[in-house]
Amino acid sequence: MEIFLADEAATQDFAVRLAPLLKHLSLVTLSGDLGSGKTTLVRGILIAMGYEGRVKSPTYSLVEPYTVNGQRIYHLDLYRLADPEELEYIGVTDYLDGEALALIEWPEKAAGWLPEPDIKINLKVQGQGRSCVLNAGSDAGKLALIALQNDK
Amino acid sequence: MRVLGIESSCDETGIAIMDSEQGLVAHTVYSQIELHAEYGGVVPELASRDHIRKTLPLIRSTLDEAKMKADELDGVAYTAGPGLIGALLVGASLGRSLAWGWGVPAVAVHHMEGHLLAPMLEDNKPEFPFVALLVSGGHTLLVQVKGVGQYKVLGESLDDAVGEAFDKTAKLLGLPYPGGPELAKLAERGNPERFTFPRPMVNRPGLDFSFSGLKTFALNTVHSVDGSDQDKADIARAFEDAVVDTLFIKCRRALEQVRLDTLIVAGGVGANQRLRKKLSTLDANVFYPRPEYCTDNGAMIAYAGMLRLQAGEFVSKEIKVKPRWSLEEVAAT
Repeated sequence: MEIFLADEAATQDFAVRLAPLLKHLSLVTLSGDLGSGKTTLVRGILIAMGYEGRVKSPTYSLVEPYTVNGQRIYHLDLYRLADPEELEYIGVTDYLDGEALALIEWPEKAAGWLPEPDIKINLKVQGQGRSCVLNAGSDAGKLALIALQNDK
Repeated sequence: MRVLGIESSCDETGIAIMDSEQGLVAHTVYSQIELHAEYGGVVPELASRDHIRKTLPLIRSTLDEAKMKADELDGVAYTAGPGLIGALLVGASLGRSLAWGWGVPAVAVHHMEGHLLAPMLEDNKPEFPFVALLVSGGHTLLVQVKGVGQYKVLGESLDDAVGEAFDKTAKLLGLPYPGGPELAKLAERGNPERFTFPRPMVNRPGLDFSFSGLKTFALNTVHSVDGSDQDKADIARAFEDAVVDTLFIKCRRALEQVRLDTLIVAGGVGANQRLRKKLSTLDANVFYPRPEYCTDNGAMIAYAGMLRLQAGEFVSKEIKVKPRWSLEEVAAT
């Protein structure tokens, strides 16, 4: 499905709709160029889930861990990955244990090394806004997207 | 007292030996000696983060450089956080174990405390208390420093760090990543009058920063022009001016707020010439560590560790790291 996000406020509203549906998922990837709003969307999701602190960009730190209402969430940015082998080094298997939710930016940098995501999000700059395309990669992801569509 | 310092919180492996009488005896940083020449910059790749393979050989070569033997050391200091857990564990495990093997005390150092105290390694060093601006690829912080271990975070970035904003805007301009310093070079030829970028959060009270919006503004500006070399230089200049102004305004505000007249600037972005020029107009004494102590290094960890060991602090034989560790939780000495 595709959604147009006119501005940052629209991104926040969309994050509020999306966040509760991610509860039972373990991997969501976010693709899109620099400045397309990946981190902004993740920030919106974390805030919608009830996180109250700062959501910093994980570009430098590679991963930022969060615990929100008992759920572990990992925000990863693979932009600085030069070799997918580095995934092991940053401990990606610990983040993909099936219980935690991993939100991964720049999954392309780990092509072939990540499991099929539950949901793949693609963001693209469109004028002043962003186009947001969502695709499901698992049954759980499909159910989440159906729920998202019905929620309109 | 002679202290071995180990820094392995992120990309760089830094090792140093500090002597309380002679000062810094030796220091080495892996990514700079091996990769710098080859790539013309610090390259984030597997080798540069692979602390396991580098740390022990680096400790050996640093001891050699100091013409010292391990049994001449009186303590070991290692970065215990904040940073990547895997990276931190390498330095902490090795540091803690070596200290145990050598029969000397070990101490856990906060990475940012190392940066804060780095200007103290210079002959012309600041006196406490001061305000510290830490600006790098991973951090943007304003800290009130009353003494060793007495830190109050006055403001920090809510999203992208300032160095990251530089690197990403450089990438948008077609420069290789990370291209912060190249963006600054390009800005030299830019016309400061052509574009005006916002100064994020300067009109709001408080000392927090936000640089993510500047990146988006740069993106929109890039899309609005043809993309000639002059366009890029003009955008680079507008971006740099906006960042420098923002940092300047917040530093001035911080100094006024806590009524201090000493500022120290640490972190890689502190090398930016336009920032230095602008900060020199502050009604304050501004101190910078030398460039090699601006980026991650073992010297600052050895120094901070030495101060803590001298104050009688040490850690138990347990190997413990703190990937998330607030500067305000650091113990006073």
